[in-house]
Amino acid sequence: MSRPKVALIALAALAALLVWDAAASGLPQPFAFPAALALGSGAAPTGAHCTRN
Amino acid sequence: MRARRLGLVLLGLASVGAVALAAGPRAGLLVAIGIGFGLVLEGLRFGFAGPWRLMIAERDARGLIAQFLAIGLTAAVAFPLLAANPVELSPAHAPIGLGMLIGAFIFGAAMQVVMGCGSGTLVNAGSGNLVGLVALAGFVTGAFLGTLNAGFWGALPGLPMASAQSLAGSTGGLLLTLAGLGVLAGGFALRAAPGKRLPPARLIWAAVLLAALAVGNLVVSGQAWGIVYGLGLWGAKIATALGADLSATAYWAEPSNVTRLSQSILTDVTSLTDIGLILGAFLVMRGRKAPGAPVAPLAARGWLLVLIAGVVLGYSSRMALGCNVGAFFSGISTGSLHGWAWFVAAFAGSALGLKLRPFVLIPAARPQGAPA
Repeated sequence: MSRPKVALIALAALAALLVWDAAASGLPQPFAFPAALALGSGAAPTGAHCTRN
Repeated sequence: MRARRLGLVLLGLASVGAVALAAGPRAGLLVAIGIGFGLVLEGLRFGFAGPWRLMIAERDARGLIAQFLAIGLTAAVAFPLLAANPVELSPAHAPIGLGMLIGAFIFGAAMQVVMGCGSGTLVNAGSGNLVGLVALAGFVTGAFLGTLNAGFWGALPGLPMASAQSLAGSTGGLLLTLAGLGVLAGGFALRAAPGKRLPPARLIWAAVLLAALAVGNLVVSGQAWGIVYGLGLWGAKIATALGADLSATAYWAEPSNVTRLSQSILTDVTSLTDIGLILGAFLVMRGRKAPGAPVAPLAARGWLLVLIAGVVLGYSSRMALGCNVGAFFSGISTGSLHGWAWFVAAFAGSALGLKLRPFVLIPAARPQGAPA
């Protein structure tokens, strides 16, 4: 299978995951968006990281 | 060609804009940073698994030394930033433990088998490498399965949490880190074959750009660059959709993980850069005059083994508290001692993985009469 075809399958799978997730979980509330930059926001980071179990 | 490249640029910008509209400016910026990672890794052919193989098999240290350069450049900016902003920015610190070391060893072996590490698997899938795509499906599954046993591996004997900062303060920790990277680079340079010591300009540029993007990731998201958490989250979401109840598992019952699982993927910082990485690699592959030859077809047993190796890659990345990005690159560049231990264990595992590779990547039988 050619590289463009394989890559399109990867992108299609990713798009399907995002669309399904948006339907199942909804999109973030616009008024709850975090500041564009964590640095200077005054807020502690809330994201998860692989170094934490 | 020019029209196609313009279209690819517009696709990248539209993706960033769509995510920013759907999930806010921070999410858009993180996808842009992820695309940047993909452009650099695929466009400048900067990798992790490949250079380790070259060092072990051909005594070619150039790619490995470029990795140390990228980590050192990131550390030079990240250490002072973390010291000055302890509330807003978080390092990638983790303890050294037996489970972590075993996981890193297995990860190092598995990444040589599937020819891609954490970032490499995403880049390979995005650039149309079928081995990478199959390995990525396994990685997502394995990273999720690893979360189900995370408590067991984390409870094995280990050392208390320690960092370069806790040993020597911020400035002293940075100097220790840079000295350690220098010693490693020098040691590998001495071991390397003549003419295979100094990275070419392409890899030096890649190291500088990767460091800039890693610092950007820290400034925008508040945490160091990571890969694995996002892939495990995708697996958990798929498992939930298939009817699994994860509320009884220790990992997914933890409040922050409950939040991640219930909210959009677009609120998870590692997912956003993972998505960008795949897209960035795709943009580079399609922007080339020729997309490159497809990977050689494997026997059915070979594809199954690649999928299993991908599962092992994902599972071991959770045992190891991160992959080559979260543990090695981000761990060392933000002062975690576990990043150094991860590197030693994973490098030893890579030597084993190279021996296992021929037993996994089994080529498909050539049709009779086909040219050799």
